[in-house]
Amino acid sequence: MDLRFTPEENAFRAEVRTFMTTEVPLHVRKKTEVGEGLSKADLVASHKALAKKGWAAPHWPKAYGGTGWTPIQHHIFTEELQANSVPQPLPFNVSMCGPVIIAFGTEEQKKRYLPKMYNLDEWWCQGFSEPGAGSDLAGLKTTAVKNDGQYVINGQKTWTTLAQHADWCFVLARTDMEAKKQLGISFILVDMKSPGITVRPIQTIDGGHEVNEVFFDDVKVPLENLVGQENRGWDCAKFLLGNERVGIARIGLSKQRIGRIKQLAAKVMSGDKSLMADERFAEKVAAVEVELKALEMTQLRVLAEDAKRKSNMPNPASSILKIKGSEIQQATTELLLEVAGPLSVPYLPDEADFGDGDHWAAPAAPQYFNFRKVSIYGGSNEIQRNIIAKAVLGF
Amino acid sequence: MDFDLSDDQRQIKDSVDRMLAAAYADLKTKAAAQKEPAGFSVGNWKQFADLGLLGIPFAEDHGGLGAGPVETMLVMDAIGRNAAIEPYLSTVVLGGGLLRHAGTAAQKAALIPGVIEGTHRLALAHQERQSRFDLADVSATARSDGAGGYILNGEKLVVLGGDSADTLIVVARIDGQRRDRAGIGLFLVGGTAAGVTRKGYATQDGGRAADITFANVKIGAEDVIAGKGSDGLASLEHVIDEAIAALAAEAIGAMAALHDLTVDYLKTRKQFGVAIGSFQVLQHKSVDMFTALEQARSMGYYATMMAAEPNAAERRRAMAAVKVQIGKSAKFVGETAIQLHGGIGMTMEYKAGHYFKRLTMIEMAFGNTEHFLRALAHAGGLIPAAA
Ligand SMILES: Cc1cc2nc3c(=O)[nH]c(=O)nc-3n(C[C@H](O)[C@H](O)[C@H](O)COP(=O)(O)OP(=O)(O)OC[C@H]3O[C@@H](n4cnc5c(N)ncnc54)[C@H](O)[C@@H]3O)c2cc1C
Repeated sequence: MDLRFTPEENAFRAEVRTFMTTEVPLHVRKKTEVGEGLSKADLVASHKALAKKGWAAPHWPKAYGGTGWTPIQHHIFTEELQANSVPQPLPFNVSMCGPVIIAFGTEEQKKRYLPKMYNLDEWWCQGFSEPGAGSDLAGLKTTAVKNDGQYVINGQKTWTTLAQHADWCFVLARTDMEAKKQLGISFILVDMKSPGITVRPIQTIDGGHEVNEVFFDDVKVPLENLVGQENRGWDCAKFLLGNERVGIARIGLSKQRIGRIKQLAAKVMSGDKSLMADERFAEKVAAVEVELKALEMTQLRVLAEDAKRKSNMPNPASSILKIKGSEIQQATTELLLEVAGPLSVPYLPDEADFGDGDHWAAPAAPQYFNFRKVSIYGGSNEIQRNIIAKAVLGF
Repeated sequence: MDFDLSDDQRQIKDSVDRMLAAAYADLKTKAAAQKEPAGFSVGNWKQFADLGLLGIPFAEDHGGLGAGPVETMLVMDAIGRNAAIEPYLSTVVLGGGLLRHAGTAAQKAALIPGVIEGTHRLALAHQERQSRFDLADVSATARSDGAGGYILNGEKLVVLGGDSADTLIVVARIDGQRRDRAGIGLFLVGGTAAGVTRKGYATQDGGRAADITFANVKIGAEDVIAGKGSDGLASLEHVIDEAIAALAAEAIGAMAALHDLTVDYLKTRKQFGVAIGSFQVLQHKSVDMFTALEQARSMGYYATMMAAEPNAAERRRAMAAVKVQIGKSAKFVGETAIQLHGGIGMTMEYKAGHYFKRLTMIEMAFGNTEHFLRALAHAGGLIPAAA
């Protein structure tokens, strides 16, 4: 056992860092660093910079544009990406739908969709959750009925992230109305320009427009847009949700945010000294740093173990990453809010100044509000605990 | 000891509860009110006045009810329960409080009747860029003009209700160094007086505030609340203590409503074919919310009791303890409520988020939990060491 990084790994880290800090548009990194909202153009620009380098979907198989990196290289890449405030390549494309098509799709589907997905020439959104089907995703009611050589989709999806930007949506719909729950569901690709689709914005508590309701009213979809077998869409969904959990620890992001907290807290005065010089505050930051270091080591252990695993189903221990990762992310937003203090009160969504000017504190509260989501989506932390109780502890 | 309300108090409670429940029954009405020029419903404000609520703490001589912290608590509780955005805190509790404690007879006679009628609103301008939670950290200056008046210069940030207030009560330094306790004055300044520039904006919790600069603003002798040689800071601290008691009541109202909303949701929301409230882990979380709420409620009573305590050190110590409990409970109840709601808790279209955001801002107001924990520890805590 040697837990230090090798010289090759350190060289790789340097290469990744140089790329991130020189090739990704600076204004996007600046906004991400201080927690300002990103526009579609920002996300596309940053994604495309990664795609041009061949790093938009490092974990895909090489044949489809992946890198063939070792698990440690993947870890280093993600850490450097987040530590340098580069937005994640669009997860709906590269972490969710792409891997499903690679694992379950036909050759034609791979040819048709993967390149545009990789380059973000087409934007994807995730049509899973419904008003009545959140944690109990298999309770979904949207139907896809075969008629005249096509599927006709009816129903409603909700919480659909950034559907307002999307060209395509991967939808879970019921294709067998008789079958029980998981059994009658299919994974279908839907063109967002199809007649019968309505997208309604939902304003979240941070004031932003991140999620939507998507209504399907007799939406016609070619049969060839089915991925995998009909009525076996649940296999795709389970596979996808497992992948989603791995990325969600966001260790690099928490590191970046702690760095920013310390930077700002050194400037903010609390009485006669800086907030960072206040022992109680400094101890709270240190406590989060310890948790984060432990999680980082957990992540490395999971990666090393995954490399040896035979099954392509993710390690149940990845649930730990989701629970702890989300708790730590939330703790960092709480600390940042504490630093901002009374100056976090103004709600100034339209006064971007990259956090350098008068309004450095303005993104703190919206970020705190927004990050309540990380313990809710992608399988809530209660559901994650249920999974661990069952799969790891055998209850 | 008597925790029961008198008949008069019950009447106040019933009227404010009824009025605000009707006014805030629909979140769309609230959104529309936020788009009014003042940032809240002037019609609602008129109702506050008509019910006598704006006169609660003021002397009967000025047309007030001459009532105390209990009555204020009843109003603030209702404001909290409905996540209401009317500027009661800034006008009646903060601005009105300073007039009551430190205003001259002429100032009271000139301003309080308008406040009570709802035609005149006040705001307290004390916060500065660097001051954080230190009330004595004042760098705005008031220079004597030699004729009993002053010339005001400086900048105040996040003045609650400051964008549309008719009169501002400005805290400024007459002499001494930036963080000296002595040398702090209080002044009345017209919201549109020459040299006053206001930049108004919405706050995170749906209210309004302003950043305000003062450039050579002339203050006549008649507009000096606390001038050279008087203890402006003591009056300010007194009023902030009353505001903490009021905020405690508001937080309790918000937490109670949020807890009710959450328990109802757990009983009705179905997943996996059952009400999610049948999952024991969620039951226990809501029990912990309930415990946090009741601990806060108890401290709210303590706050009401201590708000009128004449010994300033005792009062300050008590309010520090109150704010610590309120802050801790507010954070736990707010965050847990959102978590137990799942996605719906994350949207502005549902009430839970409104309470959560307000509770977050209350935790921060006039000093966060950490600040008051530190202050309480420095003051020796609540219980003396055994001899
Ligand atoms: C910001 C945001 C973005 C999202 N983006 C997308 C997206 O792009 N596409 C998409 O399809 N979905 C998306 N979602 C939906 C998300 O995955 C769901 O919100 C999540 O699955 C929870 O479902 P729910 O909101 O219906 O809550 P519910 O399932 O109703 O849960 C309510 C509460 O009950 C708890 N609970 C439920 N079941 C159990 C149980 N068995 N044991 C213990 N506790 C339980 C939950 O943990 C939660 O606390 C998003 C959500 C948010 C908030």
